[in-house]
Amino acid sequence: MLELRKDLFADERDDNLNVIGKGIQRQDMPGHVTGLTRYFDDHAFDGMLHLKVVRSPHASARIRSIDIAAAARAPGVKRVLRAADVPVNKNTLLSLINFGKDDEPSLAVDQVHYKGEPVVAIIAETEAQALAAKKLVRIDYEPMPAVFDVEEALKPGAPVVNETYPANYFEYHERFDHQKLRFGDVERAFASADMVLEHRYQMSPIEHAPTETNGSIAAPEQNGRFVVHSCAQGLFFALGTAAKIVAVESNRLHFIGGTVGGGFGGKVDSLTEPLAVLGAMVTGRPVRFVLDREEEMLYGSPRGAERIYIKDGLMRDGRIVARQIRSYFDAGAYTRLSSYAAIKCTAHLPGPYWIPNVSSDVHVAYTNRCPSTAMRGFGITAVDFALEVQMDRLAEAAGMDPMEFRILNAYRDGDMKPHRRKASNTALIECVQVAAGKANWPISEQGKRQSSLTGGGAGERAQIPATVLDARGQIGRPDTRQSGPTQTLPAGTSRIAPSKQPVMEGARDGRAAPTQVPRYEPARTATQPLAPAAYAPPPSPYQPVAGRQPPPYQPPPAPPSPAPAPATQTQHGAVRFSSVFGRRR
Amino acid sequence: MARHQGRGMASVNYPIGMNLGGDPSQALIHSNPDGKFTVALSAIDLGQGMKQVSRQIAAETLGVPVEDVYVDTADSDTGPHDMGSFASRGTHRMGNAIIVAAREARGVLLEAAAEELEVDAGDLVTDGRGNIHVRGAPSRSITVKATAQAAQFKQGKTIAGRGIFLIPLSAVDAETGEMNPNTAFAHACLVADVAVDDETGEVEVLRMTSAYELGRVINPRMVEQQLVGGAWMGMSHALFETPEPYYPDPAHGPRDFNEYLMPGPGEIAPYHVTVLERPAPDGPFGGKGPGEMCANPVLPAIANAVYNAVGVRVDELPITPEKILRGLKANGGVKPGPRRGGPVNWR
Repeated sequence: MLELRKDLFADERDDNLNVIGKGIQRQDMPGHVTGLTRYFDDHAFDGMLHLKVVRSPHASARIRSIDIAAAARAPGVKRVLRAADVPVNKNTLLSLINFGKDDEPSLAVDQVHYKGEPVVAIIAETEAQALAAKKLVRIDYEPMPAVFDVEEALKPGAPVVNETYPANYFEYHERFDHQKLRFGDVERAFASADMVLEHRYQMSPIEHAPTETNGSIAAPEQNGRFVVHSCAQGLFFALGTAAKIVAVESNRLHFIGGTVGGGFGGKVDSLTEPLAVLGAMVTGRPVRFVLDREEEMLYGSPRGAERIYIKDGLMRDGRIVARQIRSYFDAGAYTRLSSYAAIKCTAHLPGPYWIPNVSSDVHVAYTNRCPSTAMRGFGITAVDFALEVQMDRLAEAAGMDPMEFRILNAYRDGDMKPHRRKASNTALIECVQVAAGKANWPISEQGKRQSSLTGGGAGERAQIPATVLDARGQIGRPDTRQSGPTQTLPAGTSRIAPSKQPVMEGARDGRAAPTQVPRYEPARTATQPLAPAAYAPPPSPYQPVAGRQPPPYQPPPAPPSPAPAPATQTQHGAVRFSSVFGRRR
Repeated sequence: MARHQGRGMASVNYPIGMNLGGDPSQALIHSNPDGKFTVALSAIDLGQGMKQVSRQIAAETLGVPVEDVYVDTADSDTGPHDMGSFASRGTHRMGNAIIVAAREARGVLLEAAAEELEVDAGDLVTDGRGNIHVRGAPSRSITVKATAQAAQFKQGKTIAGRGIFLIPLSAVDAETGEMNPNTAFAHACLVADVAVDDETGEVEVLRMTSAYELGRVINPRMVEQQLVGGAWMGMSHALFETPEPYYPDPAHGPRDFNEYLMPGPGEIAPYHVTVLERPAPDGPFGGKGPGEMCANPVLPAIANAVYNAVGVRVDELPITPEKILRGLKANGGVKPGPRRGGPVNWR
């Protein structure tokens, strides 16, 4: 059941719209409920072949030899593909935006690094013939030591999972074995905190479990082109990945998709498109490559496990004064998208709260399991679990109600976040108040009067504090993981330019170019609400220290006038993430 | 032996769109000679409703009935580039691109109408029902259909528009993590009521109550669909799912839906959502994106409710009966926490 609270933030909206905000039936609903909607697998072709892959039974092994002779002679088999048949047999998904090094083959070359890694592909007239021929492929493996725990993998001497990153971690900025976040001085704050609480959390791996398994159908078109019916969540991502691996120009591939039977992040990896296209190229016939349910469950890249350590400094009045986080993403054997999630996680910390001292080290570690990938809430879901269970513990330690504790520590408009940007458009306090009211969970009158609009950004809440830096975790130097501070960055330091206004293409027919974001600007009628009383949650025996409590509300300054449009802005090809992370493929 | 009720909560925020930006979306819109519009995209509809969100945003901006807009996605020969449907970016990024494209198409539409009516295009408004008229003078009007026919066959104008939305890529500081991650954030708070059986260790979710702040709601039915489905997924993550139940031991590995545990119809909990709308200054009509965050508060809220019920902290997901029973044993029995109000203010 859904209820809209139109009374809240009403002065920030113009609700006089025709179509927006209406619960209009979806244009695709009749097709979905009558079974007429066509998905990728509803595009069968005459003469279509079927591709199946032979997968490694070992988590880590050398391949001594591969014998495909019997499989190639089996009934209905048109072609058997090996690593050498793949034009560009090493890729990393984010190479399309120049982030990270190519580390993953389409078909394993001389080693396998996880149970289920594809080694050989069989293309046959029928699915049954392809499956039968799989059993005739003879692969001689020499099993190798494997590592499955993220922290074990990072220890010196651990088995090498991924030769591209031989120390088993993704390398950030060509400098560190993790992504850092540093804001203030957590150690000093821990020393002066009334209590310090540290706990370990573990997010399990999860399957995406979509109704429609991963798959694609590729078929020759005219003019040397190939049409590909795909379940990709990013159509051009899949097209670009396939074009790179089969080494053709992007306009020789014609991808069709857009209607997908559930994804949840599990259809970003282009698991089937490159081999399906390659199969169509080498056979000249349509090729269908679809994972069966067991493959989807076991080898269709899961949400990776995450291990998170949180250490908090807490005052008896309920204020959190420091938060330190060390976490590990389990990437599995190859990078896929985990490198990106660690940065997203870093930006999310310390959760939706204002904390004056924050530090985090987020690692991406390789282990001998199926590569993990994006999943709904990528980079956030696991750490939110850890943060919010930790918040429950802190509330209990401070003797406060959990709702009141959230309201006390919530971030508000104008507060400085640890990634050195001010919060705006916040609404955590209002969500807590509304949920408490609807659940009939009593909160104090003071708590009910708090607002995201007031009290934020005052005094130190708006400031970038002097920040202690370190050089912990240098690449190839595990001995530096415990090293101490190197320098203190002065208060107010910013080294990354704020993002420019979004760039828009010029309009045609001589009309003015829309150079601005289509900013939503409601008519503002009333002035801002009055200042609330300072918030002192009832169960706490201590009053908030003066200067820390939310000060009286002051209306925000007028928004700056729009920046002028850049004279010309042309960006061809992929944005260069290399400039961000300093590491190109 | 008994069942113990408990209550837990969690509050979260969620960044909308790809972290650091650098994730463009493009849209093309054109009218046929009868004033019916097609929006060509490469966005992906995973069931979340991308096509319908696009359609409503296009219709609102064009000023035409929603029935007169269809969305064609995704064909790489006709739909311009889009990064994809992930990172809760579809509504925000693509919605903005559609607005830019629709504004341009609307501009041509009004110019063509102005020529037919012999007025200034700046004096024209749309009524959202297929008509264009002079502001304040509804009788001086022309239909969108007649305008499109005139544009195509008489004036030689293309009623079309193109749009792109790109938040430029941000760098990241290696030593401090300084960056420009996202421009819009959504918010939520969720209360879970559970019952824990101290004999079997089983957790039943009795009900969930939440408040979500999502910016402008583009289509409340689809928001409800996302939030309810996501809450189910959160319940499933919290209590049931994992292919490696003894992680980091890689053993087990379910092969199908019989072996992979998920809640069934009997385990679905009654759920009430209240939605708040604080428009994102750079969102399409203020919209953010509910797609990903809707599972997130459920996991910790259930974990905290279990602790409130029986005093067992489970810090490793999923919260299985085995972990509850081991926790009860270690604690020497049930240690319930304080009662937290209730019953809920909804049926």
